[in-house]
Amino acid sequence: MTYLAKPKLHSADAPRNALGYTRRDYEGAISTLCAGCGHDSISASIVQACFDLDIEPHKVAKLSGIGCSSKTPDYFLGNSHGFNSVHGRMPSVLTGAALANRNLLYLGVSGDGDSASIGIGQFAHAMRRGVNMTYIVENNGVYGLTKGQFSATADKGSKSKKGVINSDSPIDLAMLALQLGATYVARSFSGDKEQLVPLIKGALRHGGPAFIDVISPCVTFNNHAGSTKSYDYVREHNAAVNRLDVILPKAQIEASYPPGSLRRVVQHDGSILHLRKVGVDYDPSDRIGAMNHLQERQALGEIVTGLLYVDSSGQDMHTHLNTVEKSLNQLGDAYLCPGSKALEALNAMLR
Amino acid sequence: MSTPAIQHCNDFVIKFANVNGSGSASANELFARAIIRMGVPVAPRNIFPSNIQGLPTWYEVRVTEAGWLGARGGCDMMVAMNPQTWDRDIAAIEPGGYLFYDSTKPLPPSKFRDDITVLGIPLTAMCNEEYEDARQRQLFKNIMYVGALIALLDMEFAAAEQLIVDRYRGKDQLIKANVNALRLGYDYAKQHLPCPIGLRVKRADAVGDRIMIDGNSACGLGAVFGGATVAGWYPITPSTSVIEAFSSYCRKFRTDPDNGRARYAIVQAEDELASIGMVIGAGWNGARAFTATSGPGISLMQEFFGLAYFAEIPAVIVDVQRGSPSTGMPTRTQQSDLLSCAYASHGDTRHVLLFPEDAYECFSLTAQAFDLAERLQTPVFVLSDLDMGMNEQLCAPFNWDDSRRYDRGKLMTYDELEAGKDFGRYLDVDGDGIPYRTIPGTHPTKGAYFTRGTTRNPYAKYSEIGTDYVYNMERLRRKFNTAKDLVPAPILKKAEQPTHVGVIYYGSTAHAMAEAGAKLAADGIHVDTLRVRAFPFSDEVMEFIAERDAVFVVEQNESAQLRTLLINEGEIDPKKLVRVLHYDGSPITARFIAGKIADALTDRKISPIGQPQRKVAS
Ligand SMILES: Cc1ncc(C[n+]2csc(CCOP(=O)(O)OP(=O)(O)O)c2C)c(N)n1
Ligand code: SF4
Repeated sequence: MTYLAKPKLHSADAPRNALGYTRRDYEGAISTLCAGCGHDSISASIVQACFDLDIEPHKVAKLSGIGCSSKTPDYFLGNSHGFNSVHGRMPSVLTGAALANRNLLYLGVSGDGDSASIGIGQFAHAMRRGVNMTYIVENNGVYGLTKGQFSATADKGSKSKKGVINSDSPIDLAMLALQLGATYVARSFSGDKEQLVPLIKGALRHGGPAFIDVISPCVTFNNHAGSTKSYDYVREHNAAVNRLDVILPKAQIEASYPPGSLRRVVQHDGSILHLRKVGVDYDPSDRIGAMNHLQERQALGEIVTGLLYVDSSGQDMHTHLNTVEKSLNQLGDAYLCPGSKALEALNAMLR
Repeated sequence: MSTPAIQHCNDFVIKFANVNGSGSASANELFARAIIRMGVPVAPRNIFPSNIQGLPTWYEVRVTEAGWLGARGGCDMMVAMNPQTWDRDIAAIEPGGYLFYDSTKPLPPSKFRDDITVLGIPLTAMCNEEYEDARQRQLFKNIMYVGALIALLDMEFAAAEQLIVDRYRGKDQLIKANVNALRLGYDYAKQHLPCPIGLRVKRADAVGDRIMIDGNSACGLGAVFGGATVAGWYPITPSTSVIEAFSSYCRKFRTDPDNGRARYAIVQAEDELASIGMVIGAGWNGARAFTATSGPGISLMQEFFGLAYFAEIPAVIVDVQRGSPSTGMPTRTQQSDLLSCAYASHGDTRHVLLFPEDAYECFSLTAQAFDLAERLQTPVFVLSDLDMGMNEQLCAPFNWDDSRRYDRGKLMTYDELEAGKDFGRYLDVDGDGIPYRTIPGTHPTKGAYFTRGTTRNPYAKYSEIGTDYVYNMERLRRKFNTAKDLVPAPILKKAEQPTHVGVIYYGSTAHAMAEAGAKLAADGIHVDTLRVRAFPFSDEVMEFIAERDAVFVVEQNESAQLRTLLINEGEIDPKKLVRVLHYDGSPITARFIAGKIADALTDRKISPIGQPQRKVAS
């Protein structure tokens, strides 16, 4: 019954952000996903990140494809416009929306079936086009909504609930995003909110294509022994390369972390990513290094998480297209229609 | 010579047989425009292969003081510049016609046609003598034959010369070189050939203020005037030049003079799925967006059309139809996407279609499509075709009413929401089936809704309740009925004498139809004609059919798609609608239409005039 909005009862002492909003103002309809589904934790992390960043909910446009994961935008940011498009084709719809209005925040939510199979082309091209957005894949290695088929991110040799062994090689979307030109690439785990929330915050603050692959176990079809996307498996094999804090421009920039284990990355809007090192010598500004690291660790059966790559000078599609600052959907007739005089001149040239 | 040479002034067809990529296009166009400059209308057409270089290509110019802009068929003079198609080209000349050829090599000694006049000029030899560079030899050969034709057809040399001056304004070297080549051909013909021949162009005053432009450029311009700011597209013949034109007009008209930045965004997508996805995303977000494609692209976009229809998102699609099915005849014309556009996507979808007849309407209807798409919150298709899209044609000059404002449709504003107006995204407030929408970012707490392709209630909440679905479908049907009164009305032309026979047609068939009507009337066969300009069909279309005994439906596809649509939407007795179908990929001609109608009337023993009426044979 997703049309039931959550009752908005603000308790007087609920914490408020700089806009005066409580966390409740960032929530949406009641989730209809299975109890324990990883996707709900991701929704909660998105709510937390937007609340923390003082984002005006109505300045966010949330778009998705089709799948359990793609249903989730209904369950957060109830005051934002949402768009459940068609299976695998969210990236193009989001690209069009971003072309129309460059002054909203774009959040794309997708599944591994949605993005790595039917939608892999659109995923790839949105990355290389530099669409300014946060693209989150809720990756459970199965098709949830159609009840348990392997998806293209399922590891070779992993077992389905019915006991079938997957014989196809997996697609690593983070790796692809790196190769295709995303300027912010991260991987996380729905069960690790401490890591995920700051990664989402960093992505929302990033001024270009930001991609986060979130391993999000499907409790109904892919949370058993033999699955490499189950809660237990991911907890055991998680190898974080760093931990992230996002410091907003208005906050005190000085941090209390000991220098040496810290790396500061200033984003285009002045916010600062503080990366606490976990992995030794991991350099998130080295795209090729990141790709190598991912592959080496993957060969060892590890799931590398954290901020894998960031290029904070990243430009977005509108920079490439040299479009005006004002949103295209705000330009009135006077700015768009050349008028009858121009037409007369043109007629004369065509005689 | 057994047959007398054809003698025609300002009324003949001349055809140029060239090799694709030999640079003949601009010389041929120069020829056509020079005739227009003499006040004589022309109807030029390209016949080109799906290939970049080497294959045969033809350009035909119908010189027509009467102003018939459809293809005529046949050819009175062949400019045979392609050895590959020599035999075919010679055979195509009407008895008594003329052959113009490069006489550097002698004619084949074998038996040659003796019913045509042969005019040879040693073009290659002349070029080899005049020019060093191979490319120059090639290009100026084309200009040279235009010069010779000017002499042969008794045209004004100054008209062509002035065109060259206008075309290369500021580039004096080019002007000199081109005029020189033109002069060489002209002088040679004057000295060595029997100028003028039986075909002549004489100055007239029949062009008026008309302009010459191709339909695709006109669509691109229409999109600029219609306020399109976003275009997502993927290249496909014959639609590519729509976006190319949009792009160049945008650079001209939509570049911010202060900082050189673009008031538009054009993205070449990875495929048609993405291009329509972008258009839908932009339309959802309040921009006017469009794409241009052809049949194969329409096939790929189907799922998205359904989404836009059901989620009620404005979008404009320019479909320049070509030979189908599949890759069909990519560089030939047809009108065979009608049904796949009208009912595009799975389920009970129905789309608004607009049918321009020429470049003028390509401009005006494309501009109007954006108003309709926003007013109706739905995809609107502009159905052009290769014949009108890729051929330059004479048409009325473009005009624009500066007091016109874009119709943004039912947009709920911040103030209205703030004032407490009830907002249900899919609520039929006004009874016309069209709901109100909000643009993302409008209000902090009111008016946000979730767009989806799944069923919902009038407040946009997900619903699987049958009554919600039925309410929605009935509202969509109401909306489609509302569209009937918003789309351009059909155009009725009454015959000079009362008749029981009608003809329905659409799009680029219009030129041939106009001429066919005159031809039939001259033979005493009178028909009323109705040009449909949009789907849904307005009531006038159904009345037109009801009031007549027989109605011919003329169209350029094999399965009579317009007829099917009329039968389906108007619940019309199929016997009443007689098929006139032309679908070999060439543009339909007046000869064809008039012939088919006359034959059918004879076969069916229908007398088109007078009382009492005879019934249609069943
Ligand atoms: C064109 C099309 N093909 C197939 C489907 C059926 N379908 C719906 S969701 C889905 C897979 C969803 O998997 P994923 O994206 O991994 O999301 P999850 O449900 O696992 O979160 C499929 C195949 C569809 N809706 N549209
Ligand atoms: S089926 Fe799996 S992915 Fe879908 S809601 Fe249930 S747990 Fe989540």
